Amino acid sequence: MSENLSNTIIQASDLSIGYKTGKKAIHVAENIDLSLYKGNLVCILGKNGIGKSTLLRTLTKVQPKLSGKIVLGGQNLETITNTELAKKMSLVLTERIPENNLSVYELIALGRQPYTNWVGSLTDDDYGHIDSAIAQTNIKGIIHKKYHELSDGQLQKVMIARALAQNTEIITLDEPTAHLDIHNKIEIFNLLKELTQELHKTILISTHEIHIALQIADELWLMNENGILSGKTQTLIENRSVAKLFSSDLVTFDLKSKQFIINNY
Amino acid sequence: MLINLSLGSVDIPFKSILQIITGSDNVKGQYIVLQYRLPKGITAVLVGSGLSICGLLMQTLFRNPLAGPFVLGISSGASLGVAILVFGIAVFSSSIAGIAFSNIGLALAASVGAFFVLSAVMLVAKKVKNTMSILIIGLMFGSFTAAVISVLAYFSSAEQLQQYVFWTFGSLGNLGWNEILILSIIYLGSVGLLITVVKPLNSLLLGENYAVSLGVNLKKVRNITLIVTGLLTGVITAFSGPIAFIGLAVPHLTKLLIKTSDHKILVPAVGIIGAVIMLASDTIAQLPNSEYTLPINAVTSLFGAPIVIWLLIRKRKIHY
Repeated sequence: MSENLSNTIIQASDLSIGYKTGKKAIHVAENIDLSLYKGNLVCILGKNGIGKSTLLRTLTKVQPKLSGKIVLGGQNLETITNTELAKKMSLVLTERIPENNLSVYELIALGRQPYTNWVGSLTDDDYGHIDSAIAQTNIKGIIHKKYHELSDGQLQKVMIARALAQNTEIITLDEPTAHLDIHNKIEIFNLLKELTQELHKTILISTHEIHIALQIADELWLMNENGILSGKTQTLIENRSVAKLFSSDLVTFDLKSKQFIINNY
Repeated sequence: MLINLSLGSVDIPFKSILQIITGSDNVKGQYIVLQYRLPKGITAVLVGSGLSICGLLMQTLFRNPLAGPFVLGISSGASLGVAILVFGIAVFSSSIAGIAFSNIGLALAASVGAFFVLSAVMLVAKKVKNTMSILIIGLMFGSFTAAVISVLAYFSSAEQLQQYVFWTFGSLGNLGWNEILILSIIYLGSVGLLITVVKPLNSLLLGENYAVSLGVNLKKVRNITLIVTGLLTGVITAFSGPIAFIGLAVPHLTKLLIKTSDHKILVPAVGIIGAVIMLASDTIAQLPNSEYTLPINAVTSLFGAPIVIWLLIRKRKIHY
């Protein structure tokens, strides 16, 4: 398959990401050229601290870029207002929500804010989107619970439902399965895969679940000290780019099982 | 309920008599009710609901259950204004002192002080991105002004000290109809403006990053909330002194009673409960049927704090 330009939804060119403290800029990664294609499930892989979250936050305008260009749907990211952007892209972040009394339903309903009027009253159309988000994530049984009563796995599904209610083409998730057991991890990834296949969402995930990512992702963005390598999952496995991701004395990549194996065992 | 509370205080007139008075009859009673009771009742409603709503918004904005309407150093600013007036000007001329110690003089000094500190905090806040830092900056300004007041107090006479201390007790009874009109206009304007931030405040329940991802203009919401709460609490403090506790506790009480985080419900609920509690405190402060009155500030905390502690122990969990 070859993607043409019209299929590109986010295009980053010569992008430099990092932090500014005072007048000094700390570059996390530079000269990034990336394209995110419509309807793909893309996983960003890399070591801790390599800049996965920074990249994700920069592409979603949570954090300003240092230099370069990001184009979203043909429009320069900086010129898109927050409200417009909220209709194109939704986020699931790693940060915990501050304690409050929101019910699951209310929390999901907040996803409709970009579309509601100035007091935030919900229309039939809004209720429709909320209900289908609940159905899609299969959380009907818990919508009347308070969100602080949920388990981590349930909470993550609720946050995905909230992103779905926002009805955006792109959903980005920052380590969505960080605190979950293997069963919940796979359930979440399967759900995300379904969303790309059935609802044609474009999903960008930063994750440490390499084994799951290798089996499920359409594309990988591999981050290491030398920069970012993007491509089809199968291609990157075959040309040993994945294997080089953690090239060390500790682990080696087994091509057959698509797994990293601990040395000396 | 409101009428009942505002009437059940001080002198002799009973409910039934008073209701006739508001129509006709009994000149003395009518005077007490119209010139004293009613203004005080209205003041209590405006002050109670105003401070409580401001407290609620501050707690959501700063995501901190200990935030209140005075975290931006507004009450300390007002106190500083009054302190400078009481301790300072009196030294220079006793003729000015006569005007200065009138209620209007105190209100004016408090407004200027509150506005001065609020502007300073806002100016610094403009340079700071982190909302938590604004909270701390507000607290620092508070400590700073408190220190200045201590220095002033140290060099002042006993009468001046008493004058100042009396102001800090708070009072709802100092407002005539003209002052109430001013307070009402500012109250209505402020609350009207604050209604426009109800929707973004709901998304702020998810944290700032989520709020921004939902299209919230964080800076604008923050500025509106800070300036309007600053103005409203500043004016309230100017007229009735630094009334403690209400702004901090009423939002918590309301959330314990009504289990929701939706600001569309919370803002009016907090407003009503704030008004009721203020009226109740005022009624207690009058010590019905006695000629003594307690400082309102003491009553709000004396009765309010144990109630909140009791509620917390019973429910165990607090959300903001």
